[in-house]
Amino acid sequence: MSTMTEQATQVYALFIRATPEQVWDAITKPEFTTKYFHGTRIESTFEPGAPYLSVAGDGDRTLVDGEILESDPPRVLKHTWRALYDPDTAAEPHSRVTWEIEPQEGGVTKLTVTHDQLEAAPKTAMSVAGGWSHVLSGLKTLLETGEPLSTESM
Amino acid sequence: MNDDDRVFRALADPTRRHLLDRLYERDGRTLTELESELEMTRFGVMKHLRILEEAGLVLTRRSGREKLHYLNPVPIRLIHDRWIDKYRERQVSALADLKSELEDTA
Repeated sequence: MSTMTEQATQVYALFIRATPEQVWDAITKPEFTTKYFHGTRIESTFEPGAPYLSVAGDGDRTLVDGEILESDPPRVLKHTWRALYDPDTAAEPHSRVTWEIEPQEGGVTKLTVTHDQLEAAPKTAMSVAGGWSHVLSGLKTLLETGEPLSTESM
Repeated sequence: MNDDDRVFRALADPTRRHLLDRLYERDGRTLTELESELEMTRFGVMKHLRILEEAGLVLTRRSGREKLHYLNPVPIRLIHDRWIDKYRERQVSALADLKSELEDTA
């Protein structure tokens, strides 16, 4: 089996049976993120320049920090990203995450997540490579069934 | 054909699985780069990439004049969550039942 090298640009996409507004809420409201994003609460005003924080659900530990670069509800959210949960990734510079939400035919919305500017953050690139698929699968399940994914396995 | 059908169909071909493995190793490749690693015509590689794109397993991005191909692992994750986890859980609980049965009779 081949090992994955760190990818400086990572792209993830999926179709969700929900409206763009519902997808936007799932990304930007803590009552949703706690149910699919490793139990974390998102904290931000989503104004350009405002902090983007992902906080552990059980306390005040900040797991990811960044800054809002662009916010155009319910179409585009762009922010920087630094993973603080590991000393190695915390020492790396910020990378960038872009969420793009596009309505499709038949009540389906396409969500594309691009995690890039990871050239100087190889440990972060490795760390998030498996995580995004898990998080996005959980987001889809939550929006389509109203229930979180039953398994917490990675 | 639904989304799962397209993914299973795309994965049911060794050349397409090989293309996914190449992108897994290094993402963001051009058609020319991918073609150079396969004993196949450019047209053949394009055809396979199109099926992978239709299944959502490959995403493309323009970078200047080049079209870069990225592996999208989410459809495989969805199949894992829908089809694999479910049956694995049953297997684990069957093993747990067997363990308690053996320990009870010991």
